[in-house]
Amino acid sequence: MDTKKIAYLLLNEAGIGIVLFALCLLFSLFVPAFASMNNISNIFTQISINTVIAVGMTFVILLGGIDLSVGSVLALCTILAGLTITKESLPLSAAIVLSVIVSMAAGMACGLFNGWVSERWKIHPFVVTLGMLNIARGAVLQVSNSRTIYSFPKEFNAVGTVSYFGIPLIFVVAVLLVLFGHFILKKTVFGRMIYAIGNNEEAVRLSGHNVKFYKVAAFVICGATVGLAAILYMLRLNIASPILGNGFELSAIAAVVIGGTSMSGGKGSLIGTLLGAAIIGVLNNGLLLVGMGDFARQMVTGIIIVAAVVLDTYRAKVSRMLI
Amino acid sequence: MDTDNIISVQGVSKNFPGVRALSDVSLDIKKGEVHVLVGENGAGKSTLIKILCGIYSPDSGTVYLDGAPYNPENPRAAMEAGIRVVYQEFNLLSYLSVAENIFFDKLPLKGIIVDKKKLYADTADVLKRVGLDVDPSVPVELLGVAQMQLVEIAKAISSRCRVLILDEPTATLSPSEISRLFDIIRVEKQQGLTVIYISHHLNEIYEIGDRVTVLRNGEFVGTRNTGEIEIRQIVSMMVGRQMDSEYPFMDEPRPLDAPLLEVRGLRIAASKHEISFVLKKGEILGIAGLVGSKRTETARAIFGADSKLGGQVLLNGAELDIKSPKDAVGHGICLLTEDRKSQGLILDMQVDSNVSLAALDKVSHRGLINHGEERRHAIHFTDELGIKTPSVAQFARNLSGGNQQKVVLAKWIFRDTKILIFDEPTRGIDVGAKYEIYLLLWRLLAEGKGILIISSDLNELMGICHRIIVFSEGQVAGEVLRPDFQQEHILRYAYRVS
Ligand SMILES: Nc1ncnc2c1ncn2[C@@H]1O[C@H](COP(=O)(O)OP(=O)(O)OP(=O)(O)O)[C@@H](O)[C@H]1O
Ligand SMILES: [Mg+2]
Repeated sequence: MDTKKIAYLLLNEAGIGIVLFALCLLFSLFVPAFASMNNISNIFTQISINTVIAVGMTFVILLGGIDLSVGSVLALCTILAGLTITKESLPLSAAIVLSVIVSMAAGMACGLFNGWVSERWKIHPFVVTLGMLNIARGAVLQVSNSRTIYSFPKEFNAVGTVSYFGIPLIFVVAVLLVLFGHFILKKTVFGRMIYAIGNNEEAVRLSGHNVKFYKVAAFVICGATVGLAAILYMLRLNIASPILGNGFELSAIAAVVIGGTSMSGGKGSLIGTLLGAAIIGVLNNGLLLVGMGDFARQMVTGIIIVAAVVLDTYRAKVSRMLI
Repeated sequence: MDTDNIISVQGVSKNFPGVRALSDVSLDIKKGEVHVLVGENGAGKSTLIKILCGIYSPDSGTVYLDGAPYNPENPRAAMEAGIRVVYQEFNLLSYLSVAENIFFDKLPLKGIIVDKKKLYADTADVLKRVGLDVDPSVPVELLGVAQMQLVEIAKAISSRCRVLILDEPTATLSPSEISRLFDIIRVEKQQGLTVIYISHHLNEIYEIGDRVTVLRNGEFVGTRNTGEIEIRQIVSMMVGRQMDSEYPFMDEPRPLDAPLLEVRGLRIAASKHEISFVLKKGEILGIAGLVGSKRTETARAIFGADSKLGGQVLLNGAELDIKSPKDAVGHGICLLTEDRKSQGLILDMQVDSNVSLAALDKVSHRGLINHGEERRHAIHFTDELGIKTPSVAQFARNLSGGNQQKVVLAKWIFRDTKILIFDEPTRGIDVGAKYEIYLLLWRLLAEGKGILIISSDLNELMGICHRIIVFSEGQVAGEVLRPDFQQEHILRYAYRVS
């Protein structure tokens, strides 16, 4: 019995945490540079943006959906925010505030489109968001004339480098978002509905709830996190570009899945997602330090994703039988 | 070892966290008999069956098949040993056709392609054996619950099987289908089949059973020949006390004359008739009818689960505009659906979350769930309805079938709507617990509610309703008042040829 309980725990967040810990330990032992303050701070910075997007992605995947458009929507958000912030007619502080609002609003509008179209016409979000991926990319290239914006005010750029005791501000934002999302999912009626719908949509509908509302709302939330991620991206790299964000959807989905959220919906948590994003970040960073090339690292990430999904089916089976 | 026994269970125990599902159970199944297994909800019947068919293995004890120890690794191994089960919960693949479901493991092939012609012909043969008249190519999801049940049975007997296990097969069948099922069992029995039969309809024991075994709280109470024991005695073996009657005495709080819910000229998909009836305040109105008489469809249309083609639904004389279940619940109407697994419960959520699913506003404040409050309400209902579970934090999936049904009931009673529409509310619930539920329904009536009950169990309808309307082929064929309740009377309407 005890071994079974341990097995069950290992297959949940605790297990993901242990894997993360083991990875860190391994890298610190074999790569001296890994555990340096500087490098750790780097990792925090590197995983922040993916974590923020993955928070929204978790909401969507918990409902059994998927959002493939996050990368190009992020590019669109950066350009719209970049255009706002560099407008000379606006006073600086107003421009910054407005750019954040514009970015989030653009993300949410794209999310609303994704959610509403897939619900209204009962189309799988895979298809709709694939469409959105292209729509947003086309739109951003159009709006920006394919040009990159990098003449942000220096006050804005300065925020990107703020850190407390080696912990970058943007990572703090990401963690706060995770905690806030976790609270929503675990403590509110809204969160309860997300889990319930992910498990049995029909039963929830027949219990007198507006299932469509929640499904659309999840996409809007995902869009909002993309809008926020866009601002963090600009803070960090000080550019807004129509061509960035390629493959972001895959990293976000990977973080969610490695974090133990089931692709068929209804099971998972944001703490898992944070750990998942951290595992990807640590692997990427550590393997780079070991001297592994880009291509090889991409393969490793791919293998981890597959392993996580395999583990997911196993987890479902074991927990059903044991607990 | 007695050579008459095909299966012999010796001292079998099985534990789940917090639950002793089977405790040192021993019993013998004789070759060629119909052995009925009875017991309260959660007594361990399904667990025993799942051990026989390789889903669980016992913590201790041994099962013998033909005198040799038998411990199937998995359901496949049990099937190969000739043990086939029709489970309490459906296991059909809803998008596949009836034929593909029945012959799922052994599709007839022509080269590497499925031989559709032979498949459909074979299917038609088996369907005839179980008396089900549907097109073999129809997807299972389009069938009603009773028809699915028959498909399950067809699937089980389609290949040679030595022991057929039926876990509550009649829970949703109407009298004619039940007698059809019994005919099938008798024919198969004559050809040497052994049957283990689980049911909460105790009168069936005498119709079909040779011997009956009672389980209580996971323990073996006794095995008797059906000829030598009365229902009363079986019930007291089951519940551990005397029970005088199946239905509580109805000390008429007469329904008020005021109509509560009025359905006028309702038209639903797949039927050309209009449906009209009235439910009064303080009334329990039963809807009887054969499978396929569109009772469920009518209820779903009233509730807004499916769209209606025309007609009005009036509450206290005012017309309602119901487009979705949310609207219906908002107006104070609920519907307990007939299929608890796919439409009623969230199996992978806890009991307390399921109980509050339709009444989250009562356990939350400004969108924040008060978990303590939620738990408190859930505990109240597990006590009131006698839901057997180690705690309200148990996943609904791990409850026994009857206890799951009680959770769905709790969900709607907690919502506390004015009108309760119950589709097969006591499906799979044991006699003792049914009695408690009937009492509860009457308490609800006293608050001026109206209850509409669809049930395939005519005795139940006659036991608890003030009035019964009978559906036949999508229309109201007749109405019977309590003084005139008689099976023949009601069935005559049900079979009315239009
Ligand atoms: N997988 C499981 N995990 C935990 N508890 C379980 C599991 N399966 C069954 N139980 C518990 O074991 C007990 C016996 O359950 P079982 O399903 O055998 O009852 P039953 O006699 O078939 O009841 P019913 O008439 O309601 O179908 C119940 O208390 C149930 O909650
Ligand atoms: Mg059972």
